[in-house]
Amino acid sequence: MTPARTIVIGASAGAVQALLVLLPALPADFALTVLVVVHVPPDRDNVLVPLLRAKCLLPVKEAEDKEPIAAGVIYFAPSDYHLLVEPDRTLALSADEPVNYSRPSIDVLFESAADAYREELVGVILTGANHDGAAGLKAVADAGGVAIVQDSGEAYATAMPDAAREASPTALTMNLDAIASYLSSLETA
Amino acid sequence: MPEAIEDLEIQLLLEALYQRYHYDFRHYARASIKRRLTQARAQLGFPTISAMQDRVLHDPAMLPRLLDYLTVQVSEMFRDPSYFRALREKVLPHLRTYPSLKVWIAGCSTGEELYSLAILFKEEDLYDRTIFYATDINPEALAAAEAGVYTLERIRKFTENHQKSGGKSSLSDYYTAAYGRAVFDKGLRSRVVFSDHSLVTDAVFGEMHLISCRNVMIYFDRALQDRAVGLFHESLARKGFLGLGSKESLRFSAHAGAFSEFVPSEKIYQRREP
Repeated sequence: MTPARTIVIGASAGAVQALLVLLPALPADFALTVLVVVHVPPDRDNVLVPLLRAKCLLPVKEAEDKEPIAAGVIYFAPSDYHLLVEPDRTLALSADEPVNYSRPSIDVLFESAADAYREELVGVILTGANHDGAAGLKAVADAGGVAIVQDSGEAYATAMPDAAREASPTALTMNLDAIASYLSSLETA
Repeated sequence: MPEAIEDLEIQLLLEALYQRYHYDFRHYARASIKRRLTQARAQLGFPTISAMQDRVLHDPAMLPRLLDYLTVQVSEMFRDPSYFRALREKVLPHLRTYPSLKVWIAGCSTGEELYSLAILFKEEDLYDRTIFYATDINPEALAAAEAGVYTLERIRKFTENHQKSGGKSSLSDYYTAAYGRAVFDKGLRSRVVFSDHSLVTDAVFGEMHLISCRNVMIYFDRALQDRAVGLFHESLARKGFLGLGSKESLRFSAHAGAFSEFVPSEKIYQRREP
């Protein structure tokens, strides 16, 4: 099996608490890249970045347009922009219309990342109260990547994980601690 | 595998658009282009991208419909109010020292940014000594910019942005509302030259004091972005200003050294002089 290189994570309602469990659990020598889309209201600066930077062992930053992707870094989509991965594995932003009423949209990140990384990608859908991310996670699974959905018994809002599971029946269901251990066990070649 | 076939179809379609119509999207950032073409294919009802290519090659009437997907940007007036505040408070005091001014809105789309700048220059008493160049590659978008008509439901957000930007007047001073639409005053475009211009294939444009090009180059790949930034550098007067979108940066550009950061937080750059 091809080792994963990149992890994409999508979360909406309840995202802050979930990410505060998941991301600080990743070890300081983690060798994969993490790309995160969280639905935040436009017009508000991403408060998540400073919050998680203070708690994580890995560097946390807001993604910039045309930025080369570095290993062992956690990138967040800026508010009011879509985040995409280009085929040459650089980051790109877009101000295109919202998808699923969301900008950034989880589907936009996951689908472009699935194209760029194929089977070298892990997609994770966490808590949320809408259906963004369902099509994206399916694209990850269809491209041969690993699809993971947070256990709805634990999620703050269940609509998003439920929709993702329905679109990708083969997705692994795990609670946050299990997702953290799974991700931490991933090694690049 | 099907994914690879679609990527090939996209490459062929972009080549066809260039050879047939001289619209060059070959160096646009591929991930966004793919999303837009996939959306166009689905909404225009073609089974494949190749089928869409066949149609657009043989039916020029199809071109504008496809261009709408590939180029049109929906923006707001005074999008990112802090950008316009920085122009007002930090850039305009410099521009005021010139007897006449040229401002280029590159990739003006349907005109929201143009009218924002025109109102800002009116409020700061600089409008009458300025010529604005509003350029885009999409003729229909340019026509919409020239018309200056927006639906009233968008005006509330425009008004809120205008106030946050430090607006000294009321936005309603500049439009007439009728039948659910706001028609912006002709006086805002009396000194505007609308022109078809491509950052991909066209050349340098006048001696500009300010170029505003927001959220246009995020759709370019790095090579094309380098071309456009080079074009801006050559088009700027000495110590001229370049304003980009709030999440754009010259950091990853080949021309990073040719500009200094004038208002870093608002992505306003100034041409560096030797």
